[in-house]
Order: sequence, then C-alpha cells, then structure tokens
Amino acid sequence: MATATAEARNVPAATDDGHKHKKNALSDGQGRLAWMLLAPTLLVIIVVAGIPVVMSIRESFFTTNSGVDPATGMVAGGEKFVGLQNFTNIFAGENIVKGTWGSMDRFWNAFINTTMFTIVCVLLETVLGVAMALIMAKAFRGRGIVRAGILVPWAIPTIVSALMWKLIFDEAGVMNRILGTQILWLADTGASFWAIVIADVWKTAPFIGLLTLAGLQTIPAEVYEAAKVDGASAWQQFVRITLPMVKPTLVVAVLFRTLDTLRMFDLPYGMVGVGKYRVETLSIFAYQEATQTRYGPAAAYAIILFIYVLLVAFLFVRVLGADVIGDSAPPKTKKKKRRGGSDEARTGEVAPLEAMGGAH
Amino acid sequence: MTTATTPETTESHLSREEVEALAHPKQSPRARIGIVASYVGMGLIVLYCIIPFYWMIVSSLRLPTMGRSTDFLPNPASIENYKGVFSGVNNFGRALINSLIISGTTTVLTLFFGIVAAYALARLAFRGKAAVLWIIMACSMFPLIILIPPLLKMFSSTAPFEWFPYWVNTYQAVIIPGLSFGLPLAVWNLTAFFKQMPVELEQAAMVDGCTPAVAFRKVILPLAAPGVFTTAIIVFIGSWNEFLVALTFLQAPEKQTATVAISKFTGTTGFDTPYGTIMAAGVIVTVPLLLAVLAFQRRIVAGLTAGGVK
Repeated sequence: MATATAEARNVPAATDDGHKHKKNALSDGQGRLAWMLLAPTLLVIIVVAGIPVVMSIRESFFTTNSGVDPATGMVAGGEKFVGLQNFTNIFAGENIVKGTWGSMDRFWNAFINTTMFTIVCVLLETVLGVAMALIMAKAFRGRGIVRAGILVPWAIPTIVSALMWKLIFDEAGVMNRILGTQILWLADTGASFWAIVIADVWKTAPFIGLLTLAGLQTIPAEVYEAAKVDGASAWQQFVRITLPMVKPTLVVAVLFRTLDTLRMFDLPYGMVGVGKYRVETLSIFAYQEATQTRYGPAAAYAIILFIYVLLVAFLFVRVLGADVIGDSAPPKTKKKKRRGGSDEARTGEVAPLEAMGGAH
Repeated sequence: MTTATTPETTESHLSREEVEALAHPKQSPRARIGIVASYVGMGLIVLYCIIPFYWMIVSSLRLPTMGRSTDFLPNPASIENYKGVFSGVNNFGRALINSLIISGTTTVLTLFFGIVAAYALARLAFRGKAAVLWIIMACSMFPLIILIPPLLKMFSSTAPFEWFPYWVNTYQAVIIPGLSFGLPLAVWNLTAFFKQMPVELEQAAMVDGCTPAVAFRKVILPLAAPGVFTTAIIVFIGSWNEFLVALTFLQAPEKQTATVAISKFTGTTGFDTPYGTIMAAGVIVTVPLLLAVLAFQRRIVAGLTAGGVK
C-alpha cells in the first residue's frame, strides 16, 4: 500500500512521457478502478441511507391528515405541507408532560433525558473502562479469560440484556433483595433512570476498557522507566503519560459510545417501556410518533437528533481532535510508520489495530 | 587485580541468591502487592461481566411458575422454560429462522459490497478518498431512527407511496436498512485488514504475470480470509442483535426476528411477565453468539478496535 500510493503521486510529477503507466502497474489508472470498486458500496449507501434521510427531511415538512380508520389503522386522509410547523411545535408547549426535569414539552423532556443519559452513561463508562484497562495492562497472565469475560456483555443482544435487567430490577427482584430495599426501579420513577444507566454501563464499560487497553499497549515501557527515574508518582505517571498517550484511542472510543448513547432505544424500551416520560429518549419518542402514523413530527424529531449527533461528532473531531478516519492519513506517514516503526507515529486508530491484530 | 569485571571475580563477591535478586529487581514486596491486586481486579472485572448473565441462566432454569424467585440456584432445576420457548404460542423456532435468514443475507450482501470497496480504499490512490471515508463514517454515525418515519410510510404503502409494494412483514424491509449500519462496519474493518497485508504480495503476483484483478482474487482474498471472517461475525452479530428496525417493520408473529419475538413473549402461563421463558429464550439467542465470540475473540477484538462500532 505504502509503496503503491507513494509512487502514484511521484511518478506523474517526475516523468510525463507516455511510458509512465508501464512503470507501475499498481498505480495504473487507479482513480478509475477505485471508483469502479467503490461504486456499488456508494450506490447502496445512497439508496439505504442517503435517500431515506432526504425523504425524512421532506417528511418533516408535512403532516398526516387526521382521520385514522380505527379498524384497519390505515390513514384515510393523505398528507399536507405545513412548512416548519413540526419543528416550531416543540416550542408551542402543546404537549406538556411531567418527567424528572419538571413539566415541559414532551420533546424537550425526551431531549434532556437523552442528553442526561449520554452524559452520565459515557462518563461512568469511561472512568470504569479506563480503570479496567489499567488493571488488565498490569497483569501478565489471564488476559485471555478477562477478554472473554468482557465480550459477554457485548455479545448479548441489547434487548435481551434489557429484559435481563428488567428481571434483576423487578420490585421483588434480586437487586432489591441484595440492597435490602423496596425501590420501584421500573415504575417510571427517578430510579428508572439509574436502572437504565447501570444496565448501559454494564454492557459497554468493559468494551471501552478493551479499546483503551489496546491503546495502553502501544505505550513503550521506557517512558514509564524514565518517569520513575525522574521521581514521578504513580498519579503523575497516569496523568502525564498514560492519559495523553492513550487519548487518541480513548477519544474515538468515547465518541462512538456518545453517538451510540444519543440514539439509545432498546434499553428504555425493554426495561421500562414506551410513553414513560422519565426515561423516554428521542429515539423512543420518534418511534412512537412514527408508529402512530404521525410521520411528520417523528421525522422532525429524528432530524433534530441527527443534527444533534452531527454537532457532537463535529465537536469531538474539532475540539478533542478525534481521529475518526485515522486510516486516511497521508501515505507518506504510513510509509514511515511501516518502514521505520517509529514509536511516535504509533498513535491513532491504526496503532491499536496493529497491537491487537498483529498478535495472531 | 583491577580486572573486577570478569565473571569469576563477580561470582566470588556475590552469592547466587544475590545474582538472582539483581536479575529480578522489580520483585519488591510492593510490586508483588501490585500484581496480586491486579489479579484481584481482573477477577472483579470478570465477575462484573458475567454475574448478570449468570442470573439470566439461573432464572431460565427455574420452574415457569417461579420466574421471579431470587434464589441464587434454581430450586428445583427444570428445563420447562426451554420447552415453553418453542411451544406453539411463542413460535420461537420460526423467529430464530427469520433471524438467521435476515442476518445471513445482510452479512453476505455487506461482505460482497464491502470487500471490493475496502480493497480500493486500502490499496488504491485516488482523489476524493478522504471524502469517501467521511461518507462511510457518517453513515455509521447517524441514528437509525431517522430511517423509520419515511421507510415505514413507504413500506406500508401510505400516501403518497401508494405505488410502492406493501413491504411491512417482509425480510427485505429489514435487510435494506440493515445494510446502512452493516456496510460501514464492514468497509472499515476490511480496510484496516487489507492495509495490514504487505503490498509486496500483489507486486510479486504481478511480477509473475497476474493482472491486479487476478492478484486480488488469487492472492489477496485467500490471505484475507481471517479478516473477512471476523468482519462477517461482527456484522452478523450486529444484525442479529438489531431491534428497532425489526420491531417497526416486522409486526406479524410469523415474520418476527428472535429479538422482537423475545420482547413480545406471552409465556406458557399467559399472564404476568413470563420471565423464565424470556430468560430461556435470551440464553438460546445469546449462547451461539457467545461461542462464536469466545472461539474467535482475538480476531474480534482486533476487528472492533479497527473502528466504527455501532
């Protein structure tokens, strides 16, 4: 790869005679070949994602005419253009509900729920995940067992783990028995929020731990030895060496977790149900609107969520420098990395892959 | 006399134990405590991960009437719940087959498109590569819920989509949106994998007279089999675990996937939440995935670390 891409750039610049193609079959007509190979995938993406998103935007400017036939559930009336009404309605305060954060429009209630879930879950997952990674990095043996254990929560379908936690958090369930409490975890109370947080953290903290461990393993031991010689305490080593060096991996992992939590659906749906305002997320609200044939508002909420996700992703990339497409670094950097094996280049997403993937 | 650096002289000054101690300077009591603590920590991590799953297994092995029991061991142990899962009401066998068809098709399609795209991204130099990577990345980021309103309207032939065939309760209604998250995942994983392979492989093949296409088919693809296989597992698990789209478009019991069926269980008793049956079904759905994951854990971790995890 490195040679091919580097030469592809150099050859046309160096010589412009008719024989340049013969010199390197690898770079011959790469552009056209690449687009030919990419065309099916891009086409599929346009069809399965691009067009529906555009349709969703269109949908958000329309509303379904009232007149639902209760017998069949089919819409009788068709639709009409309402402009931005689906968006402005969220400020109209026509649909006030009472959730954890006081009485407000159902949209804002869901919006705040989504945000709070994301902040609390991702924060706890990151702290717990990094702690797990530090523990795993210390151990010499038994990593395989831990890795196997860590993949258990990841492999269980989220809806199944939601039902599993529903049983655990049942009012007569094992959680109340262990705690010796009578908390109504799943009755749309303030505790429901924390029940879902616990379930989400359980499923994904080990995962962040796994990704962080991959980042940790790329830090050369000499750095720590040098720090010890200079008299750095364990905490100083963690803050000054471990965190900065693991940051590229961690930021990407946290970004993906954040985006994932922003669209949370399965856990609140499975554990508490729909129409429960203390745990209703934007995805659940939009889902319920759509299944009640209120496609316009549903699309509007989904689009707001989409914009929210884009904003968060943008902030991560710009402010925290998340290197999400780390593979697209200029070919020359790649070449150095491969040939020289220099350690300062071993950051970003490629490094963990090499660390974990290169071992088999 | 001054040649104190020779081995003989060193041995005369230091006993064997002292040499051993010098050879392992890190084995101070404090470091030993650290190692023990890390093993305790690892034990705690494993317990943290598997105790809730243990609860699922235990609960599935109780009598159907004892679904909410909080005994730490099933008393008495019974496989009634597992029989109940496949009883007529729940029709879970059918749900498993549906899941298998949908996840299998999604995986095959995803790999088919993903392999060629990933190869281009990993090996070829062309303008607009960064843009393509961003498009694929964006595709793995956007919330699936945004597909639901327009597709539900379209697949249910609601105005203005009267011309569209009624696709609710069809496999393709779930497979097509499924590609939108499977494809980015596959492209990402496979690109990372292809990049790991030395470019000299193709160069050697071409020196021997292969065209790039033949080099890809005869040299790269067989060697990339582990990466393709890992990607297949990850995509398959993602598709198997998918819930929102399946819940929306598969409303008829005979078309539901396993995840949707579990969420709608009525159980053998017909009233109250049939936790025992649900847990048994959960175990049935999870165990094959767990076996696959445990068998290929190294590769899967490598694949997941490669990026885009949805």
